[in-house]
Amino acid sequence: MTAKPLARRLPGSRSPSPDTPPLTSTLSGWGRAPVVPGVEIRDEDLRALTKDIPLVRGLGRAYGDAALPAPGDVAIAGSTRADRILSFDPTTGILRAEAGLSLDTICDLFLPRGFFTPITPGTRFVTLGGMVACDVHGKNHHVDGTFGRHVGALTVRTGTGQIVTCSPDRHADLFWATIGGMGLTGAVLDVTVRLTPIPSPWIFEERECMSDIDTFVTALKGAQATWPMTAGWIDCLSGGRSMGRGVILRGRWATAAEAPGPFPGGYRRPSVPFDFPEFALSRPTIRLFNDVFYLKHRRGSRRVVHPYTFFYPLDAIGRWTRMYGTRGFTQYQCVLPEAAGPDAPRRFLTALTSRGGASFLCVIKDCGAEGQGLLSFPRPGISIALDIPMRDHTQALIDALNEQVLREGGRIYLAKDALSRAEHYRAMDPRIGHFLDVRRHWDPDGRIRSAQSARLFGW
Amino acid sequence: MKVILVGATKGIGRAVARRLASRGASMSLLGRDKAELERSARDLEARGAAGRVVTALCDMADPDTFDAALASADADLDGFDTVVVTAAAFATQERLEAEPALLRRLLDTNFTNTILFCEAARKSLLSHGGGTLCVVSSVAGERGRKPVVLYGASKAGLSAYLEGLDHKFRPQGLVTVCVKPGFVTTSMTEGLPAPPLAGTPEAVAARIVRAIDRGTPVVYAPGIWALVMFVIRLLPRTVMRRVGF
Ligand SMILES: NC(=O)c1ccc[n+]([C@@H]2O[C@H](COP(=O)([O-])OP(=O)(O)OC[C@H]3O[C@@H](n4cnc5c(N)ncnc54)[C@H](OP(=O)(O)O)[C@@H]3O)[C@@H](O)[C@H]2O)c1
Repeated sequence: MTAKPLARRLPGSRSPSPDTPPLTSTLSGWGRAPVVPGVEIRDEDLRALTKDIPLVRGLGRAYGDAALPAPGDVAIAGSTRADRILSFDPTTGILRAEAGLSLDTICDLFLPRGFFTPITPGTRFVTLGGMVACDVHGKNHHVDGTFGRHVGALTVRTGTGQIVTCSPDRHADLFWATIGGMGLTGAVLDVTVRLTPIPSPWIFEERECMSDIDTFVTALKGAQATWPMTAGWIDCLSGGRSMGRGVILRGRWATAAEAPGPFPGGYRRPSVPFDFPEFALSRPTIRLFNDVFYLKHRRGSRRVVHPYTFFYPLDAIGRWTRMYGTRGFTQYQCVLPEAAGPDAPRRFLTALTSRGGASFLCVIKDCGAEGQGLLSFPRPGISIALDIPMRDHTQALIDALNEQVLREGGRIYLAKDALSRAEHYRAMDPRIGHFLDVRRHWDPDGRIRSAQSARLFGW
Repeated sequence: MKVILVGATKGIGRAVARRLASRGASMSLLGRDKAELERSARDLEARGAAGRVVTALCDMADPDTFDAALASADADLDGFDTVVVTAAAFATQERLEAEPALLRRLLDTNFTNTILFCEAARKSLLSHGGGTLCVVSSVAGERGRKPVVLYGASKAGLSAYLEGLDHKFRPQGLVTVCVKPGFVTTSMTEGLPAPPLAGTPEAVAARIVRAIDRGTPVVYAPGIWALVMFVIRLLPRTVMRRVGF
């Protein structure tokens, strides 16, 4: 049914006529807040779809408003049906695929063949296009950088409607603005990326308790040279001497000799069946959870684990965001640069706890060199990510955290953001001007915009 | 397994093709857009299909393309044992009532031409000693219903044909599988409000492949639709006249 005109299926358009019925459907990001009027339209033919609808959404794992239509817009193109593998060369590991291909499928197909994505975020339910747009990073950032470093080429439909193939050598400005560009420079149609050969599909991991934040940061740095993958969880509720206590995770691919067997497919996932009431996530319950988690790891461990256990612990529970109740939550992720000194994480945690901010375990990671993507998030320093339930005071808390990050010279991750104020965000990153110049060049009429870009850039 | 698929570029057909590919089937994709067919073929190769996935042009709106397409698939695959047809047209009742030309195209594609294609495929399969012909019809063909009077009529005719075919030719080794999906979330139904029992193309594909393996003559997908349609079939006309579905 290629002939089916897309316009006919659009329940509205950018400027709805007076007789357009009011839109009843809504969209939100992974944090389930904010909720905005809008509709996602999916089709296998992403090329055709993006002619009319330039902003694209993948699997909806951006937490905030990055993949939501801007105020006044209605439709967003869903890429998940554009999920074909266009080519794969087992001698080089180079994969070319449509932008909606999920990392979950890549794992299923390529782990048994001895290949893995060069970079993985903390969930496998993301699309290739989303990984490009957010220039995702993972536990190996200190060694392998962000996803963009491994991308060879992109096919992009720009704001003017033209389809452009770009790479580090061809239309490099468009390429590096699209890597980490949150989909604002064009719709990514297909992606060429080099998968990494692995000795076995299993992971050898080590977990160790850290008594406070300073020990933690030192241990992360200490592991840099010997471990290709590191990260950790910190308990943001404990204060005083044990502030920032937690569990460090170090890992590497298991050798063929260590592997317990071939890659076991088919992972069944239980799902959170309903929205938790708000009291379920109060300070005492979070404290209890954090204590149990810490105690469970008291002795540490060394073992060979399934790669999903290592990379995707939260994917084991479907719809876990329901724990945060119907108001949803926001994730806050920042990087505190090396120049801010070794005490910056402690100062950040103090700013958080002094304002009553409570989060389940925060994720902490030391970042390596900055990527070339114009808005790429990581830079050398310590990254901290927390989940914050949406409550009346959440905006004030985010403002305070942003002010703290600004004082340290750090910045935040747009893939997570829902609430940052434009003045805060824009003061965090000197690269924004250059990014906006490139964006304007490829989309002079400002056709491509999201709720997030309208909030942070005004278009 | 050597399979010919019509409609593998999208939706349910794409999901069926991927399932068969992961089991190492040899496949030939038939469809109306060569570039799209080739892209889907490369995808299926990367997902485990045996050898090179071949393609041939075949437009369900144009019966003149059928013989050549089947002959080309037969030559490329060196014979085939299974034919799966998921290709079809859909439009809302409202549009079909308003646009007679569209209605004619839909009736031709879903009924006349699909049956013409199946006749050609049947002859070819029987000449090789039999095999499986699996065709996707719809629950829309079970009862005359207000929202799908016209599309449903095309599928009702198709279902009747497939049942007859099964009765007549199963003894000679031709197994006919008639698939009756309920609402499935594909691009065909994008923009329509999804009912609570909506299925995914992947789940429907799993049932289709199992039905092919077992030679089940009629399969509802998702399975719950067997129960729903059992009840709907029992409803008296007076009730059907009053309800909206
Ligand atoms: N989705 C549902 O809710 C639902 C419910 C009941 C029954 N069904 C039936 O299930 C089957 C598959 O539906 P779907 O939802 O998967 O549809 P879909 O996503 O629209 O896919 C239709 C497929 O058929 C092909 N096709 C359409 N017209 C063709 C033609 N004239 N010649 C050759 N190929 C043609 C398309 O190829 P192109 O790439 O060239 O477009 C595409 O591969 C259909 O028989 C449909 O009636 C669907």
